[in-house]
Amino acid sequence: MTGILLHRAALGLGLGLGLLIAAALPLRAEIDITPVETPGGFTAWLVQEDSIPFVALDIHFRGGASIEDPAQAGVVNLMTGLLGEGAGDLDAQAFAEAREALAARISFSAGRDTVSLSARFLTDNRDAAAELIRLALHEPRFDADAVERVRRQVLSSLRRDAVDPNAIAGREFARLAFGDHPYGRHPDGTPESVAALDGDALRAAHRAAITRDRVYIGAAGDISPDDLAALVDHLLADLPEAEVPLPERTPFQAEPGVHAVAFDGPQTVIAFGHAGIERDDPEFLAAFVVNEVFGGGRFGTRLMRSLREERGLTYGVGSFLSSGALGESYQGRVSTDPQHVPQVLDILRAEWAAMAADGITEDEAERVRTFLTGAYPLRFDGNAAIASIMASMQFQGFDIDYVNRRNDMVNALTPDELNAMAARLYDPEALVFVMVGDSGAEHD
Amino acid sequence: MFLRFSLVMLLLFARPLWAEPVSHFTLENGLEVVVIEDRRAPVAVHMVWYRVGAADEPPGRSGIAHFLEHLMFKGTETRDPGEFSAVVEAQGGRDNAFVSYDYTGYFQRVASDRLALMMEMEADRMANLSFTEAEWLPERGVILEERGQVLESRPNAQLNEQMRAALFQNHPYGVPIIGWRHEMAELTGDHAMEFHALHYGPNSAILVVAGDVSADEVRALAEEFYGPIPPNPNVARVQRPMEPPHLAERRLVLEDARVGQPFVSRMYLAPVRQSGDQSEAAALQMLAALLGGTARTSVLERALVIDAGIALSAWAGYMGTARDYGIFSLGIAPADGVDLQEAEDALDRVVAEFLDTGPDEAALERVRVQIRASEIYGMDDAQARAREFGTALSVGLTVADVEGWLDALLAVEAEDIMDAARMVLDRNQAVTGWLTPPLTDAQQAEVSQ
Repeated sequence: MTGILLHRAALGLGLGLGLLIAAALPLRAEIDITPVETPGGFTAWLVQEDSIPFVALDIHFRGGASIEDPAQAGVVNLMTGLLGEGAGDLDAQAFAEAREALAARISFSAGRDTVSLSARFLTDNRDAAAELIRLALHEPRFDADAVERVRRQVLSSLRRDAVDPNAIAGREFARLAFGDHPYGRHPDGTPESVAALDGDALRAAHRAAITRDRVYIGAAGDISPDDLAALVDHLLADLPEAEVPLPERTPFQAEPGVHAVAFDGPQTVIAFGHAGIERDDPEFLAAFVVNEVFGGGRFGTRLMRSLREERGLTYGVGSFLSSGALGESYQGRVSTDPQHVPQVLDILRAEWAAMAADGITEDEAERVRTFLTGAYPLRFDGNAAIASIMASMQFQGFDIDYVNRRNDMVNALTPDELNAMAARLYDPEALVFVMVGDSGAEHD
Repeated sequence: MFLRFSLVMLLLFARPLWAEPVSHFTLENGLEVVVIEDRRAPVAVHMVWYRVGAADEPPGRSGIAHFLEHLMFKGTETRDPGEFSAVVEAQGGRDNAFVSYDYTGYFQRVASDRLALMMEMEADRMANLSFTEAEWLPERGVILEERGQVLESRPNAQLNEQMRAALFQNHPYGVPIIGWRHEMAELTGDHAMEFHALHYGPNSAILVVAGDVSADEVRALAEEFYGPIPPNPNVARVQRPMEPPHLAERRLVLEDARVGQPFVSRMYLAPVRQSGDQSEAAALQMLAALLGGTARTSVLERALVIDAGIALSAWAGYMGTARDYGIFSLGIAPADGVDLQEAEDALDRVVAEFLDTGPDEAALERVRVQIRASEIYGMDDAQARAREFGTALSVGLTVADVEGWLDALLAVEAEDIMDAARMVLDRNQAVTGWLTPPLTDAQQAEVSQ
C-alpha cells in the first residue's frame, strides 16, 4: 500500500545486519553506558535517560535456529512466534488485551544465531509490563489453536519466500555456502518440517533456546541501575541453564562460478560473493572500512557509481560482510533487467579485480574515515535504537568501552593496512554468483 | 524474521507532538518553517518539503515528479553531479528523498552543528538546479530499473497500482507515482527542468528541522540561506481533475504465478483530514483501528483469524492525510483451502455484523490507551515527528491540526465511528481486487459469474 517512493531503496541485506550496525558504531559516543551487575549474576548495559517516561529493553538469547535438529527445522522460529500467543493463565487473546491495556510493546524474533526480545514499556506500569514479559518467557502455553494459527502464518510466509526472487537468491547462496550446516538452512524451516512440528517439539525448543546462561541485555530509558537489576533478575533468574550444545563453526564451501535458478520475472536478482572475515579477526575493522568504500549501502560507493550513476543498470546495489557467530561470507545483491545481466557480471568481476589488485585510494580512505567517524552520533537514535545496539554489541563480544575507542581505531587504520585487507578479502577467482531469473544470454 | 506479514496494517496513529516545543514561522519569501526541539543527542534532521507531487504532473508525463527528485542530486550551477550526497557523507550524514502524490521531500540527518551547510546546499538546488544529458540519460535507466524492482517484480504492488487506477476515475491519484513505463521511457531532462521551474521555490516549500536546535538558531540560518531566494512567480496550485460521482462497484483479478499468498483487498474512496475539523477523519482512523488495527484483538482478526480460522490475516487501514481524497481499505488473506470468494464473503459478513452491533466499549478504551501511550513513545523518534509535520503541512493542514490530532482521536465516540462506517463502506465507491496464482478454468467460470 505504498503512497511514497523513496529515492534509494534500503537494501534487503538480512544476514549479519546486527554486526554491521555495531561495527559501524562511531567512536566516542556521548552516551554513557553503565554496566549493571545483578545479584542474580547477569550483566546488563544501561543508558539511563529519564526525559521520556519509558524503557526500551532488548534481550538476545544465543543459539537461535542454529541449535535445532535438522528434522525439526523451523521449530525455534515457530516457538518464538508463540511466545506472545498465550502464557500462564492468559490465552492468546487475553495476553494481547493485557498488553494493550498497558500500552506495552513486546515482540519476539528468531534468527539463525539468536532468539530476541524487544520491549518498550511505560514507567507508569513497568512492574505489570515486566510481569507479562516474564510470563511470556517462562510459561508459554502453546495452545493447540494458537499453534495451528501461527503455523499457518509461517507456512504462508514460506510459500511467499518460495516465489520471491530475493528470498530465493539469499537462500540458495546460503545453501551453496554452508551446505548441511545450520547456516545452510532457512532458519524458518521448510513447509514439510514446519507442518510436522508438535507441542512436544515446541516445548523442547523453548527449554533449549530460552536459557539463563546465554543472554545479552541492553536497556535504555527511564530506569535506575538498581531497578534494572531487579527487573532483569525477575525476568531471567529462574530460567534453566542451557543443555543443548552450540554447533561447530562452518567454513565457506560454495564453488566459484554462476549458479542459475530459473525464475520468471521482469528482473534478474543476483546474489554474489565469497568467503568473508571472521568477526573476531583482529583486522575485521579494516574489512569493514574497505567494504564501506566498495559497496556499503550508500551513494558514492564504487558499485553504486559504476552500476547506477554512470550506467543506469540498476536501482540499487550493495555489499556486506555477513559475519555470524559460526561462519562468515562476503556478499552483495543487485537486480537488473535481464538484458543487462552479462554487462553487470562483467562490471562486478572487474570491480572485484580492481580492489584485489589496487585496493582503495588515499582519497577514498580519507573520505570514508570522515564519514564513519562523523556518523557517530547518528547511531544513537533514541532509546529503542540504543537498547538494541547494546544487546547486539555484547552478543558480538565487543567491550563496553569499544564505543569510546572506535573512531580512534578507524582513524588509525593506515592505507597499507586497508589495502592489505583489500588484497586479502577480494578474490575475483572465487566469486560465486547466484542468478535468479533470466540469465540474459539470449538477449546478447 | 517472524510474521513479517506485510499486509497487516499497523496502527497508523499520528504521533502526538505537543509534548516537546514546536515552533512555526514563515519567512518573507513564503518559506514556511517548523522547528521541533529534541535535545537528547547532538543530531538534527533537516527536511525541505515541496507542496507538489505526482498528482500535479502534466498528462502524458507520469513519473516526472519522481524523475526530477532523482535529478536534484545531479548538480547545480556551481556544484557537480553527486556532490550533494558526497558532502553530506563527508560530514558523516545521511541523505535521501521521497515523492508522494501531494509532496516531494528532501532530507539529511547530520550532526546539528552542520545544519548551515545542509541549508546552503538545499537552498542552492532549490534555486540553481543544473545538469546535462550525461546525467539525466543514465538516471532515466535507473528509474526504469526502479520500476522493475519495486513494482513489476512485486505482484502485490501491481495489484495496488491496478486498484488505484480503477478507484480514481478522473483524479491523478489513479496514476502511479513512479509513472507508467511507456511514459517514463519518454521523459527528458528538459521535462524535469520545466517541472522544477514551475513548482520549486521558497513559496512552495516547508522547511522542517528537528533535533538539537533552537527556533532562534534555525530562524537565523533560514534567513541567511533561504531568505535571499525570491518567491517563484510561476508557483500556483495545479487545478487537479476531481472525481465524478461513483455509481458502480469495480472489481478486478490479478493472476500471477509469483503469488505465494493470495488475498482480497478493497479500497473505498474516503474523505481526508480537514483543516479545522478533523472529526470525521478521526472517526475513520478509529474505525480502522477497531476493525483491523491489531493482530488478535481487532474485530476482523478476532472473527476471521482466531474464531473462524478461515484467514491467516485480516486488516483495515485509513489513509486520510492527503490533499484531495483518502482511502479506507480492508483486506483478508485466506487460510489454505479457503477460496477468495469465501474469504471476501466472510470479511463482508463480519463488517456487516459490526455495523449492526457497534464497537465494544472495552476495545475502544484499549485503542485510546494505545493512542495516549503513542505520545510518549513518539517522543523517542524526532525524525518521525518531523515527517508528520511535513506531510500534514504539505497537504494543507496546519500546525494546530497536527497538534490537535490526538485530541481529535480521543474525542471520538462509538456513535461517531458508526456514522463514519456507514458513510465510507459503500461498495459503489470502492474497488475490490483479488491477487491469486493463475486460476483453473472452473475457478475462472466462477469469477466471471
